[in-house]
Amino acid sequence: MSIALEIQLVAVIVALACALPGVFLVLRRMALMSDAISHTVLLGIVLGFFVTRDVTSPLLIVAAAAMGVLTVVLVEGIRSTRLVAEDASIGIVFPALFSVAVILIGRFAGDVHLDTDAVLLGEIAFAPFRRFEVGGADLGPRAAWLMGSILALNALFLIVFYKEMKLSTFDPALAAALGFSPALLHYGFMAMVSVTAVGAFDTVGSVLVVALMIAPPSTAYLLTDRMPVMLALSALIGAAAALGGFWIAWWIDASIAGSMATMAGVLFGLAFMFAPARGVVSRLRQTARQRVEFAQLMLTIHLLHHEGTAAAETETREAHLHQHLRWKADRARRVVDGAVSAGLVQRESDGRLSLTGAGRARAREGMLVSATGAVLAANPKVVTV
Amino acid sequence: MDLLLQLFTDYTLRTVALGAAALGLVSGTLGAYAVLRRQSLLGDAISHAALPGIVLAFLLTGSKSTLVLVLGAGAAGLLGTLIVMAVIGSSRVPEDSALGIVLSVFFGFGLVLLTYVQKLPDARQAGLETFLFGQAATLLQRDVVVIATLGAVALLTVFLFWKEFKLLAFDREFGATLGFPMRAIDVLLTTMLVLAIVIGLQTVGVVLMSAMVVAPAAAARQWTHSLGRMVALSALFGALAGLTGAVASSSAPGVATGPAVVLAVTAIVIVSLLFAPERGVAWRALERRRRKREIRSDAVLLDLYALAAQHGMREHAHTSETLSAMRPGVCVTISLDALGEQGYARRAGSGWVLTPRGRERAQEMIERDQERE
Repeated sequence: MSIALEIQLVAVIVALACALPGVFLVLRRMALMSDAISHTVLLGIVLGFFVTRDVTSPLLIVAAAAMGVLTVVLVEGIRSTRLVAEDASIGIVFPALFSVAVILIGRFAGDVHLDTDAVLLGEIAFAPFRRFEVGGADLGPRAAWLMGSILALNALFLIVFYKEMKLSTFDPALAAALGFSPALLHYGFMAMVSVTAVGAFDTVGSVLVVALMIAPPSTAYLLTDRMPVMLALSALIGAAAALGGFWIAWWIDASIAGSMATMAGVLFGLAFMFAPARGVVSRLRQTARQRVEFAQLMLTIHLLHHEGTAAAETETREAHLHQHLRWKADRARRVVDGAVSAGLVQRESDGRLSLTGAGRARAREGMLVSATGAVLAANPKVVTV
Repeated sequence: MDLLLQLFTDYTLRTVALGAAALGLVSGTLGAYAVLRRQSLLGDAISHAALPGIVLAFLLTGSKSTLVLVLGAGAAGLLGTLIVMAVIGSSRVPEDSALGIVLSVFFGFGLVLLTYVQKLPDARQAGLETFLFGQAATLLQRDVVVIATLGAVALLTVFLFWKEFKLLAFDREFGATLGFPMRAIDVLLTTMLVLAIVIGLQTVGVVLMSAMVVAPAAAARQWTHSLGRMVALSALFGALAGLTGAVASSSAPGVATGPAVVLAVTAIVIVSLLFAPERGVAWRALERRRRKREIRSDAVLLDLYALAAQHGMREHAHTSETLSAMRPGVCVTISLDALGEQGYARRAGSGWVLTPRGRERAQEMIERDQERE
């Protein structure tokens, strides 16, 4: 397999492994816990290293995962004293643990390949390609195998505990009432996140683990309401960010991981702006359309009110709308034109406006809705079935 | 003592200590507002988002001076904040996810720029990233001057807009009804927070900066209810941590300044969480124990009084076993010793007897209980 293909394979696997737990992090509002964990795993690795004296030992991953769970425990512990809010608790715990790790490395492991820069930035030193020069085929597949098994573990966890995770995410009280242990699930899930963070950070570094865990699921969240679709989309978007990022980095010769994160951000930005129904552009259009519809509704109600009355002669003229509805001349014309093409109103030969059948029905419906609303507002004890 | 002297004579120590103390002071002050407004992790996001700003500032000006880099970092941080607010305001993406996205995407983009810049045939870009990771040892005196000046600007703003920031933090709607432009004030306060953060990056680094914003304030909160005192205390804690960290780091080899400062401020937080009066966890536990002992000795005193009443108030001694039988499960000897110390009871032979003072006190307690009924 060529180097480029190998890197892409690893990148996609990392993105997939991160996207799956990321969906639940976003939905459970625990995104920044992933940031905290991705930093504190360093302490776990350092402590594991002190025990085994071997940088490649699997014990490091276990220690790191345990440290991730410990982080959550500490944050919860501080928060439960009710003296500090949750976000502040996170902001106190992880820098403290990270500092301990940095100091331990500085004092006792200065000559070993535990590089603080590498922790933040992932790739060994700043040369994205050096790992493939040194060791060649050994390093590539190792990362792929490691992340591949983590991906399999994550997928397994989610398949086995899908219903439980879904329920405890959206209705933790019901989950507890039904006998699931939300606490067990919570810590199990956090252990999963820690393991993923540890595995990924050799390839992409702590901060970019956060990008891959949070951005693709947030993007998917803007595109769908359904959990299975959100999971699938997150995986897809993550993979797209990984591949797209890789190719751009390859082309301009820059950090691959940084490029992957940037691409994830770009995809999020696109969804933020252009997602159907939930994107900014779509919502601006909806608002504009609602404004037009409301204006047309007001027109039909106005006409209905004056239909058949003595004042109908003057009230139903377009020019009169300015007086009654406070619309300027060109606005009045636009609304009337719109209502005419919507089939709600027609212009008579003598210049008056009249309602069509559809227009009358619309006006009646509009009044009923608003009347009901007024009644309910005045009588809050009235219950609608 | 030697260390204290070194603080004044050793250039590096003096510079680093001053820089760290200044940073602690400013971030403590602004951090108070961030914590009160539940924006603690905004600091984390801003510090990570600063990276592309730093690299771009260098690319555009060719200068690596602290002032230039700080301004670049500030611009990027501010942009990141505005994007976070836009995402939260215009979509259903939750606040923490928005922060996480901006934090990591900006940082990733900064990395791309950084690695791109490093390929340029110009040796000057070396060391750009050290700005971000907190190499306090690289602080020069003029850097400290920049830090102090910008910090002073932030502090002056807080002082001048004290009322407005107070309103913003506690009752924004009320401020709006009073006619203050709350949106603009929000942006101003956020800009000051960004300023506080970016001047600290060089000293403690990206990862640890959020602690400098959050921890002094969280600690200060435990000691007071008043905003003014909280801000002052937070500034003090921050400065103290900065100083302590700098000194500790200089005297211990292999200990970087940033982590030392963070551990110092964390220690302050832990002490505050445990021992602050009224709120501290250990303080409350000790209080509870003290109250329990008081209640128990009050009970034993009343028992002694009841026994004395049975004997017509004559000074008849009763053994501790008797008293113990009246209150199963209570360790009366401790209470009796306490009563003895307070002068309400005294030993008499093999038992204890109520003193006249003790009698008065018991009567007082009974009367008070009766009044309550």
